[in-house]
Amino acid sequence: MKAGSNLERVLEAGHFAVTAECGPPRGADADKVLKKAELVKGNVDACNVTDNQTSVVRMSSVAGCMLVQQSGTEPLLQMVVRDRNRIALQSDLLGASALGVRNLLCLSGDHQKFGDDPQAKNVFDIDSIQLIHMVKTMRDEGVFPSGDKLDGAPKFYIGCAINPFADPFEIRVPRFKLKIEAGADFVQTQCIYNMDKFKRFMEDARKEGLHERTKILAGVTPLKSAGMAKFMNRMVAGIEIPEEFIKRIADEPKEKQAAKGIEMCIEQIQEIKEMEGIAGVHVMAIEWEEKLNEIIGGAGLLPRPMVEQ
Amino acid sequence: MITGTPKPIEEILEMVEPYDNIIVAGCFGCVTVCRVGGDKEVQVLSSTLRLAREAAGKKIEIREVCLERQCDPEYLEPMRPYIEDYQAVLSIACGAGIQFMAEKFTKTPLLPGINTGFLGVTERQGEWTERCQGCGDCVLHLTGGICPVTRCAKSIFHGPCGGSVQGICEVDKEVKCGWQLIIDRLVSLEQMENYGKLKPYKGWDTSRDGGPRRIIREDMV
Ligand code: SF4
Ligand code: SF4
Repeated sequence: MKAGSNLERVLEAGHFAVTAECGPPRGADADKVLKKAELVKGNVDACNVTDNQTSVVRMSSVAGCMLVQQSGTEPLLQMVVRDRNRIALQSDLLGASALGVRNLLCLSGDHQKFGDDPQAKNVFDIDSIQLIHMVKTMRDEGVFPSGDKLDGAPKFYIGCAINPFADPFEIRVPRFKLKIEAGADFVQTQCIYNMDKFKRFMEDARKEGLHERTKILAGVTPLKSAGMAKFMNRMVAGIEIPEEFIKRIADEPKEKQAAKGIEMCIEQIQEIKEMEGIAGVHVMAIEWEEKLNEIIGGAGLLPRPMVEQ
Repeated sequence: MITGTPKPIEEILEMVEPYDNIIVAGCFGCVTVCRVGGDKEVQVLSSTLRLAREAAGKKIEIREVCLERQCDPEYLEPMRPYIEDYQAVLSIACGAGIQFMAEKFTKTPLLPGINTGFLGVTERQGEWTERCQGCGDCVLHLTGGICPVTRCAKSIFHGPCGGSVQGICEVDKEVKCGWQLIIDRLVSLEQMENYGKLKPYKGWDTSRDGGPRRIIREDMV
């Protein structure tokens, strides 16, 4: 075991893993996190806590992780390199590990232009791939990047995000490979709607044996309505929802679109489960945590396995 | 070259408000090429200021000068005999030139007449774009001659990030993704093996982050 997190144990035991995510609130109200965490509890092996997503200021992801942990779910800390230089990254990683956080997702972070403070100075001292490398060095060699010995190495199961639909095309697999070489133990993908394209991506990844070197969790996001589908297609970089997918929801009357969205999400998970090289699913039910139980249960993934330490 | 843009005239008028006797100083270097601080701009700016101040009933005397370069001591010296006859200098050279003049003539207030921009190139008449941030440790040989520090909005070394869509950067529809450009170029140079290598963390100590920098060429001093 690299970090001994619940997520790692579940994956290593060969179970199909499930993760979800919790966005911390725009304020200091701990109850907001605890309420969301309550809805997540029992449905997942670990729960991502986002780090100032889209550069909109929110409660810190480390604090959010502590609240999720308190409420009985294993947290997965998201960390972006936009806001912290290597000194702050190392320090926050040591702190998070000391508090018992065992899963980490290394990300670049959206440009500050999209958030509350477009005039902020960004950092990007190291990039997300170098962050993976840095954490791995600290965990496995017990030293700081500077070479000095650590008083206790941080223990993280190290993850990264990949977008199987990203531009430019020729880079998808090589960049994935770079992340594995840097030290990624698992990956969570951008949410998938175009299954055919995702299957082609997985074929390419399998040709390079990447699915054997890392655990791949496929990302899904249930759609609440045809309107949401169209909005995401237009506004969210790197998301592509095929026409026929949108049509299936749009063909339903308004009041039944949400149920259709959930049904389709469950179908997707079932299809993903059968794909070679996929180790789990990451369900991003954005501000719709109350449906997690229905989706994950509907896909036949409950109860979650207990794997001994 | 070093590029820049003129400061809004209202801002300049506010800066020169306390004075009735100033020098407007241009430079024949970069700012002449990018048409923001050469002798023509000195003339135009001076006339505008005179007219505005006359209209406001508070006349201003202006001496117009344009130096070969404001960033070399030898070209600043000729100003010494007369500079103290004036209450202030409004310089439309780059920030380096303005500061150097301020250092040499310690009794005269220096006012910036332009906003210094970046190290860039002339795309076409009237359009300049940034190319280099002077990071002090050039990597262009590894990135197909395209700078990841400058051309990528996040200055990352293993791009592109998730925000790259059809060659466009997430920050602006008008901005090309630097990493798409790098990859296109590496593909056409058949140097994609450079992409697949993990790059060491960038040492920003040779960049701005090491504090003001100095170059000493032993063979020249
Ligand atoms: S790598 Fe550094 S020196 Fe080279 S072009 Fe980019 S900023 Fe300039
Ligand atoms: S889209 Fe391209 S240029 Fe823009 S931040 Fe991402 S990698 Fe850099």
